Amino acid sequence: MNRSIKAAFDWRGLVLPLAAFALWWLISALHLVKSGLLVSPVDVAHTAWQQAKSGALLRALSASLAREASGFLLGSAAGLLLGAALGFSRIARRVIGPTFDTFKQISLFAWIPLISVWFGLGDVAKVVFLSLAALLPVAAHTCDGIHAVPPRYVEVARAFRYSRLQMARYVILPAALPSIFTGIYLALIYSWLATLGAEYLLVAGSGIGNTLIDGSEQFRMDLVLFGIIVVGLTGWVLSALARGVERRVLARRPRASRERAVA
Amino acid sequence: MTTTVTEGIRIRGVSKRYGQQNDDGGTLLVLDDISLDIAPGEFVSVVGASGCGKSTLLRLIAGLDTDYRGEISVDGERVRDTSLERGIVFQDHRLFPWLTASQNILAALRNAPLKPKQKRDAVAEHVALVGLEGFEDAYPHQLSGGMAQRVAIARGLVNRPRVLLLDEPFGALDALTRARLQNELQRIWERERITMMLVTHDVDEAIYLGDRVVTMAPRPGRVKRIAPVDLSRPRERSDPRFVQLRERILADFSEEPARDGNDAPGGGHHTSARQEPPVTEWRLAW
Repeated sequence: MNRSIKAAFDWRGLVLPLAAFALWWLISALHLVKSGLLVSPVDVAHTAWQQAKSGALLRALSASLAREASGFLLGSAAGLLLGAALGFSRIARRVIGPTFDTFKQISLFAWIPLISVWFGLGDVAKVVFLSLAALLPVAAHTCDGIHAVPPRYVEVARAFRYSRLQMARYVILPAALPSIFTGIYLALIYSWLATLGAEYLLVAGSGIGNTLIDGSEQFRMDLVLFGIIVVGLTGWVLSALARGVERRVLARRPRASRERAVA
Repeated sequence: MTTTVTEGIRIRGVSKRYGQQNDDGGTLLVLDDISLDIAPGEFVSVVGASGCGKSTLLRLIAGLDTDYRGEISVDGERVRDTSLERGIVFQDHRLFPWLTASQNILAALRNAPLKPKQKRDAVAEHVALVGLEGFEDAYPHQLSGGMAQRVAIARGLVNRPRVLLLDEPFGALDALTRARLQNELQRIWERERITMMLVTHDVDEAIYLGDRVVTMAPRPGRVKRIAPVDLSRPRERSDPRFVQLRERILADFSEEPARDGNDAPGGGHHTSARQEPPVTEWRLAW
């Protein structure tokens, strides 16, 4: 366990970003490229400061995160229910299974036209889209996790006369937990990616995606780069949070069952 | 006689097939007309080569599989399902990896008619019985194979069953640990005075522990010989009578080498079919 905590932060991971940053700095400081397409780090830092000071950053980021959170929560909850239904119930698997498997194959972005017609371009439409993004991985991994419960555990529970409900609660759910966590982890990442997609394609309101659009429309590369950095850092923080929670919850599992969760 | 015969385990004409009428009636007879009586408090060992159906027989007695012909009853009651009266210990300890040792034992008591305090006491008592004090809060992956199997034995006993069924419980352990656990099991059996049925492929182990040794022959699985072990406990493996009995039982196996050898292509996957019993079919269907 000590090893995995130590491995959580490895300074070597910073080499590449720092090198890229140095190169960027060098190119703009030496004026190697004379073009509005490449702005200097100083400009970006300046824009960052202005965005932060004026409250624009906070507004955009909180609007995006609020969407991300509500879409993620709604979608994950629905995904858990759907996945559990598919995993536990033979009838649900027969009835919903084939449709769900087909549904999975449709690119998320193919739903955008339909969503925009039904729900407009506002927050409702965006949250619906994000929920979809979160629902799929959670449902799929929950269902798979339940199916992958080793029959030998089920047999043990039968020997101790567990009812169906006890079996589900005390054997199948805990055994499927690592897989369910993988689904939730992916849902968090996917819904953050989809947040940007939604803000970009369903253009209305504010958000980090809109900051990017503004930057590109006004040809302000400093604003675009600033937006990209914020998006990347936010995604990194979300992912680290999810991993932290997962590690805490599954800390007592043996390596083998935890690896399944990461895979 | 009519009253005493209902005591203990009574197995009458039990046959079991795998693979229900598939294709051209290609079902596999794994148990053929098994009859055996086990007295209350008796320790019976069942030995046989892999594929002889000895584990299947144990599963039938446990009530994990009720699809068979013939009759199995325990203390006069027909086996129709699993029961807390019949504990079972598997070769792979099958502890839940997300529970500690004591939680695993407690999990066996979930449907026991006891108060929480009584359950806790029962768990503590059985942890002590298998000598695992100090390891109550360890997770299965932190335990050695021998310790995990002790927990599994405690779990099998904690409901105070009348019968404990042991399916090659020491098969995966190293020789030293195995010998130690055999002694422990004997001590527990002498103390608890419950009926035990041990399935093993280790003739030595069967003789060392059993009041009687049942030898099974494979394909189809049937009882070949029932040998009483008239040696006082604890037994000496070097005792001439022990050695003699071992020779005799081992001779039973070598008598039909052709059957095992000539059974080429089919034999292999029949044994693997035995490893995957129809539990896989068991799902929460509603």
